[in-house]
Amino acid sequence: MPYAKALRCRECGREYNLEPLHVCEFCFGPLEVAYDYEAMHRNLTRESIERGPHSVWRYADLLPANPEYAVDINAGFTPLVRGRNLGEHLGLKNLWIKNDCANPTWSFKDRVVTVAATKAREFGFDTLACASTGNLANSVSAHAAAAGLEAYVFIPSDLERGKIVGSSVYGATLVAVDGNYDDVNRLCSELADKYQERTPGGRRWAFVNINMRPYYAEGSKTLGYEVAEQLGWRAPEHVVAPMASGSLYVKIWKGLQELAKLWLIDSVQTKMSGAQAAGCSPIVTAYEQGTMNIRPVRPKTIAKSLAIGNPADGYYALKVMEESGGFGVAADDEEIVAGIKLLAESEGIFAETAGGVVIAGLKKLALSGKIAPDELTVAYITGSGLKTQEAIEDALELPLHIEPTMASFESALGARSAAAAV
Amino acid sequence: MAKQRVKFTFPQELITLPIIYELGKQFSIVTNVRRADVTEDRGWVVLEMDGDIAEIERGLEWVAAKGVRVDPVQGDIVEG
Repeated sequence: MPYAKALRCRECGREYNLEPLHVCEFCFGPLEVAYDYEAMHRNLTRESIERGPHSVWRYADLLPANPEYAVDINAGFTPLVRGRNLGEHLGLKNLWIKNDCANPTWSFKDRVVTVAATKAREFGFDTLACASTGNLANSVSAHAAAAGLEAYVFIPSDLERGKIVGSSVYGATLVAVDGNYDDVNRLCSELADKYQERTPGGRRWAFVNINMRPYYAEGSKTLGYEVAEQLGWRAPEHVVAPMASGSLYVKIWKGLQELAKLWLIDSVQTKMSGAQAAGCSPIVTAYEQGTMNIRPVRPKTIAKSLAIGNPADGYYALKVMEESGGFGVAADDEEIVAGIKLLAESEGIFAETAGGVVIAGLKKLALSGKIAPDELTVAYITGSGLKTQEAIEDALELPLHIEPTMASFESALGARSAAAAV
Repeated sequence: MAKQRVKFTFPQELITLPIIYELGKQFSIVTNVRRADVTEDRGWVVLEMDGDIAEIERGLEWVAAKGVRVDPVQGDIVEG
């Protein structure tokens, strides 16, 4: 925390105090946290980090929130597992899987929300809010419960009931908004501006991904730090990460760059590849067309957690892709389902649809030679498949249905073997 | 009176039309452009609108009905 010194506009470079701001007052560009890296370099060592807790808070010095106020439900420090079986299948000899399903609410959103919630508490907000159709809502609700804050979660009114249980169980107030996606988007933007100061009931709201956004986004850097530390303090040679707003992808890169700047790892030669669902791929489309201009799209994909048609960090993601020499890759719904199954059957990890996008993208990049067989490659799996079971249930085999007899079992087994042989 | 910050994204066929000028003329809204990028095949403008909230909403409906995409300046807020 002591090293975060200002908010800086990513467009015009103007600086602001560390306050609940998210856009530059001059050009309306997005703000990002700036740090005093020289002071950080003098004090931060691999050993000092390694002595920290097994959570994102071991990197507290690299985050813009005070760990004394931490709203900590143990986000982060998730397993990095060697993907031998999947690697063999894809012809990759040095493949690793970052399994972020192992977070407290089963997605990487806990990394960003723990930072946003902590900062909100520091600023004296008493309510956490977000607009979400899934992972973010779950994480905001859980962190608000742990922090003793109120939680408001805005959802489209046609969202399936199963999607809201994982938020309402924590006691959050769910607000189902009649209207289309754009209506919900605009309403929440207006609410964030107005309720940051005070609601009619006298409360102050922190919308985690709006007025807390510069702080919130920094939590994703820990995905870069952790992988580097888990690999023995070195950066991977190739990363494949999902892209929705593009923020996570950009922050993994920022995290690696920061470690190099602090001499905690050697210089970063990581190719950053980003994967999107074909039904919502504005960043990959711009990459393929060789333009830095993102055209907003109407999402149509089973990968709901990546369905951001107008990505806030799309332009910055394209810059990282260009600078790092990585690739953009898209996968259609059928490939996404196949990707989920491939990861589950080869490595025992059940990913949500975003993970299916990553594995499908990884496969395309490997088979086209864009990832070399020996490259140290990390694929980021950012959420658990238990949340999106409906996406895959039709693609799975039905159970063998039998009578409680040996004969019935062996008959069913025989029938299945015969069917498989056809 | 209220202020609202928005991003307009123009499809190719609307790039050459004076839509922001007409917005200020047809509605009691002061428009203030802060950032923009316009090429021959697409364009976006980030601007602030100042006026009565109901008038701003009517103005935004009119702009959207013309075929311009209207978003909050920070992009999509609803996340998965």
